[in-house]
Amino acid sequence: MTAMLTAERLRKTFVLHLQGGTSIPVLDGVSFSVAAGECLALSGPSGAGKSTLLRMLYGNYRADGGHIWLRHDGADLDIASAEPRAVLAVRARTLGYVSQFLRVVPRVPAIGIVAEAGGGDRAAAADLLHRLNIPTRLHSLPPATFSGGEQQRVNLARGFIAARPVLLLDEPTASLDAENRDIVIGMIREAKARGTAIVGIFHDAAVRDAVADRLYPVTPLQDPHDRDHSDQRAAGAAR
Amino acid sequence: MADDTLLAARGLSRRFGAVQALDNVDAELWPGEVLAIVGESGSGKTTLLDVLSGRLRPDRGVAWYRDPAGALHDVHAMPEPMLRALHRSDWGFVRQNPRDALRLGVTAGGNVGERLMAQGARHYGRIRDTAQDWLERVEIDASRMDDLPRTFSGGMLQRLQIARTLVTHPRLVFMDEPTGGLDVSVQARLLDLIRTLVANLHIAVVLVTHDLSVARLLAHRIMVMQRGCVVESGLTDQVLDDPHHPYTQLLVSSVLQA
Repeated sequence: MTAMLTAERLRKTFVLHLQGGTSIPVLDGVSFSVAAGECLALSGPSGAGKSTLLRMLYGNYRADGGHIWLRHDGADLDIASAEPRAVLAVRARTLGYVSQFLRVVPRVPAIGIVAEAGGGDRAAAADLLHRLNIPTRLHSLPPATFSGGEQQRVNLARGFIAARPVLLLDEPTASLDAENRDIVIGMIREAKARGTAIVGIFHDAAVRDAVADRLYPVTPLQDPHDRDHSDQRAAGAAR
Repeated sequence: MADDTLLAARGLSRRFGAVQALDNVDAELWPGEVLAIVGESGSGKTTLLDVLSGRLRPDRGVAWYRDPAGALHDVHAMPEPMLRALHRSDWGFVRQNPRDALRLGVTAGGNVGERLMAQGARHYGRIRDTAQDWLERVEIDASRMDDLPRTFSGGMLQRLQIARTLVTHPRLVFMDEPTGGLDVSVQARLLDLIRTLVANLHIAVVLVTHDLSVARLLAHRIMVMQRGCVVESGLTDQVLDDPHHPYTQLLVSSVLQA
């Protein structure tokens, strides 16, 4: 099987200049590979660096060492060293990412957010929002005032509409009730059946068991009593 | 520079008396790309904008612009009439204060139509139709077309300036704090308009702002300036979410979370 995404000896250290240059190693020697149609779940305790790793795969956090090989337009491209333009092209065509929280754009309605990610197809956007139980009356409203669960479902619709070959999922069901959780499990399975390679973080064991083919354990690098530092990284990271 | 670079600068330096406003700055811009220049007051970002747009000469360094035919022009070696013609057609400049760019004694429609006439348009009916179309695109009611800008609110004036700038379909627009000094609700509307228009028309933008959330919303790439130097640059979300330089970390950590 073709590897769609391969992490090779990834390393990440946060240096907090505002705290006297404190250096916090988070990841080292991370290596794995994900094939088309396969779902890899990152496992490990809170603060181990799973979300950090996912953000690195998306090119959102920079790697201090190693490579992230992504199958893009028929060739392997290293996200860890790619030019900004190449990363944007990868995100536009190959790599999708569903974060835990929706970053809302002022004034843009829910359907606009989803349609924009799906090349402007408003009918497909409406279908997907309906599937995720977002009623029609909410489609034309900006999601800033939606509940956490509704925002997460808008975010999921945005992530799934474009059907990109590689998908990164950070706790996609964290704020969802059982019914919506099962809908998302169905969507993940359909994506896998289409050949989408998925890397995800699923704290909910039922979801993980339903979608994951393999686990990749992410282990904390530091002394456990130091671990909470990794949540205080340079700032800005928090949303 | 690569074949499709729209604007490129190498080693730009500029001193004002004892102050090094720009210190060996490189920059590059692709067609359709939005580049934000961020930093505090006095970091040199407006000086960089003025030098890139040819309004100010650098002491050292060079900036090139590639015209639609593919020919490169040294921005500071261009004959003055050619630079002025560029600013009337291929380029646009959106200032923080719309009153500096608009003609306050000319109607809203006239302000938009004037830039078309400067490009050689002469057919009154067509100019008026285009002006009306652009006022609608920036959400100014057509009934205000013959009103003078002095009767407009700050947000409307800024939207009028954007219509006046974009009516000639420029390929490159320089923006200096386009949402500065506006109420937040007015800012949101303006940001959404700029975001949509720039993406739909595939316009490249050099955007100067001190507001990181404006940069996040509009820009593909970001350059962080401090004391005339570029201290960090890269993808907007990368630089803002994983800042490496001490000054960028300070800027990002100083933003209030709403």
